[in-house]
Amino acid sequence: MDALAAEGVWKYYGDFPALRDVNFTCPAGSCLALIGRNGAGKTTLLRTVAGFTRPMRGKIRILGKEPRETAARRNIGFIGHGIAVYDELSALENLTLYARLYGVADPRRRALQWLENTGLERVRDGLVREFSRGMRQRLAVARAFLHEPAVLLLDEPFTALDDRAIAVLQRLLREGLAQGRTIVLSTHQLREALELATHVALLVRGQVAFHGPCTPEMVADPGLVYARYGEG
Amino acid sequence: MGLIRQVFIITAKDLRAELRTKEAVNAALAFAVMILVLFSFAFDPEEATTQMISGGLLWIVFAFAGTLVLNRSFARELPNDCLDALVAAPVSGAVLFLGKALANYLLVTAVELVALPVFGILYNVRWYRQFWPVMLVLVLGTWGITVIGTIFSALTVNIRLREVMLPMLTYPMLVPALMGAMRLTTDLVQGKPIDDDSAVWLKLLVSFDVVYTAVSLLLVETVLVG
Amino acid sequence: MRDKILYGLGVLAFLILARDIYAIARFPAEANQGYAFKILFFHLPAWAAAGTAVTTALVTSVMFLVTKNFKYDATAVAATEVGVAFISVGLVTGSIWGRVIWGIWWTWDARLTSALVLWLLYAGYLMLRHAVEEPTQRATFGAVFSIFAFIDVPIVYFSIRWWRTQHPSPVFFSSTGSFPPDWSAVMLWNILAIVMLAVVIVAVRLRQEETQREIDHLRRLAHAF
Repeated sequence: MDALAAEGVWKYYGDFPALRDVNFTCPAGSCLALIGRNGAGKTTLLRTVAGFTRPMRGKIRILGKEPRETAARRNIGFIGHGIAVYDELSALENLTLYARLYGVADPRRRALQWLENTGLERVRDGLVREFSRGMRQRLAVARAFLHEPAVLLLDEPFTALDDRAIAVLQRLLREGLAQGRTIVLSTHQLREALELATHVALLVRGQVAFHGPCTPEMVADPGLVYARYGEG
Repeated sequence: MGLIRQVFIITAKDLRAELRTKEAVNAALAFAVMILVLFSFAFDPEEATTQMISGGLLWIVFAFAGTLVLNRSFARELPNDCLDALVAAPVSGAVLFLGKALANYLLVTAVELVALPVFGILYNVRWYRQFWPVMLVLVLGTWGITVIGTIFSALTVNIRLREVMLPMLTYPMLVPALMGAMRLTTDLVQGKPIDDDSAVWLKLLVSFDVVYTAVSLLLVETVLVG
Repeated sequence: MRDKILYGLGVLAFLILARDIYAIARFPAEANQGYAFKILFFHLPAWAAAGTAVTTALVTSVMFLVTKNFKYDATAVAATEVGVAFISVGLVTGSIWGRVIWGIWWTWDARLTSALVLWLLYAGYLMLRHAVEEPTQRATFGAVFSIFAFIDVPIVYFSIRWWRTQHPSPVFFSSTGSFPPDWSAVMLWNILAIVMLAVVIVAVRLRQEETQREIDHLRRLAHAF
């Protein structure tokens, strides 16, 4: 069974088709780099797959289930444009909260573990509103990973990360892939993404213009896919 | 039971976040006291008149001050896109709604319990003579305000002119409950017990709470996810 | 074909109304109320039309949430607008009658208050729609609010049974009422005519709404691609 499958997905905003007949699958343990220009529909696709909004037509399956089913939600880790942690709570409080919501056994220990994983153990009791940008980003990554989801959906995760945060994220993604997790990440930073990716999909105006394995020539020349399948 | 625990997790989170900043509670308290003070300048009534307006005045104060708390309810999830994380988490919309409603309920009730003695002092009204019936009306009426305020906070969180739309939609919907609470409170403060006539209002309050809670629980998932 | 049916219904409604107005004008003054009772022949039908309109809004709102078909959303908007209009007529005609009979334009009894609340709620629905930009979200939120708003309708309807109100107890549809039988026929015809009129207006408004949506759609297509 594929970890992720989209079949004939259409998403309209009113009568504007943001996603048009999107079809693709992600085998377990793969890493899909979702690329495309701004407005192509990458964020819409990720949010629809994650279950934030329902498609107008078509089906989405995460580990064989609908995205909104509890069993599926337990296995999705999502990083969007916002960091999705509370400014008024401490780093530890935030992570413990999410660990509890995801039904993790011994939530506090898991939270502490992930604070260490992302290099935030020294500021664990600090309020998030006092964190630097890089620290906030790392906390967001901890939040998305801590319930050990089988599927990770990341919307432009490398944007606005400092070097340390990028290193942390890349390490965690590699570890995740080694553990058999499935990753979909949309990005403009082709180089970082293509180094990790096993597959590439190009979205052009809501449609999948290309979907296939990531080849060494793509890694060498990131603009290649755009040139060949996109609009130049 | 897992669901109840999840509700309490959400309630605890909201309460912790609010008590750390105390923005909404302080604003609501200040607003409530201010209205009470202003109205006491406006009239110079004797006790009989004050007792007659007590229900109306108190529940207007409760409703207006309560809205300040309720507006924050889902609005506090907007910074950093926290609402996304909550919707994505494996908790049902109903649990999310109940957790927030409970937190709001506790905060609004706290404000009311401070406003009541202030009212008693400024207006020289002994509202506590039928203390437990007054508390019953408080409990029922506040739940009505909370339920409507919470579900509409969810509805209006992402739309234009949120701060205007929330009161504009909420107050008309609250009228039956507010009327009931006002009449009952006035009667009780005047020393009348709840008899057959006013029992209608009590039944209305209870039905209001039950019906709107049920409808909210059914529709909250639609509001949050679509 | 649809247009022809609408025209036909509209003409029929007007004919019935014309005949009724002629008949009503010829009624003599009533024992207790003088000539003022004649406004009731429009007051009650206006509320019947309003009730039909908001019930339509409820049903189509639920259908939209179930099927996601925007046809239902367009109908819900049209029905609500017409509903607000007829609620206004109902409130005004009632107020005029009250002024003549009791000397007061308004009172805060259970029926009048809940009826005014109904107006505020559905006007709020229309304002809510203006505040939501994205069409699917607008339709969804509108539908949800419409369901909430409808909860007031039973309160309005049963208010005169549940409370003692200034508003008179049921006279027309009740067994204890004292509505003369020869007037009843005219009243029923009037209810039919005005509800038919409401249906026609909703259909016309629906047509206008669908055209507007098509224009918006074409405009978006022209700009997007």
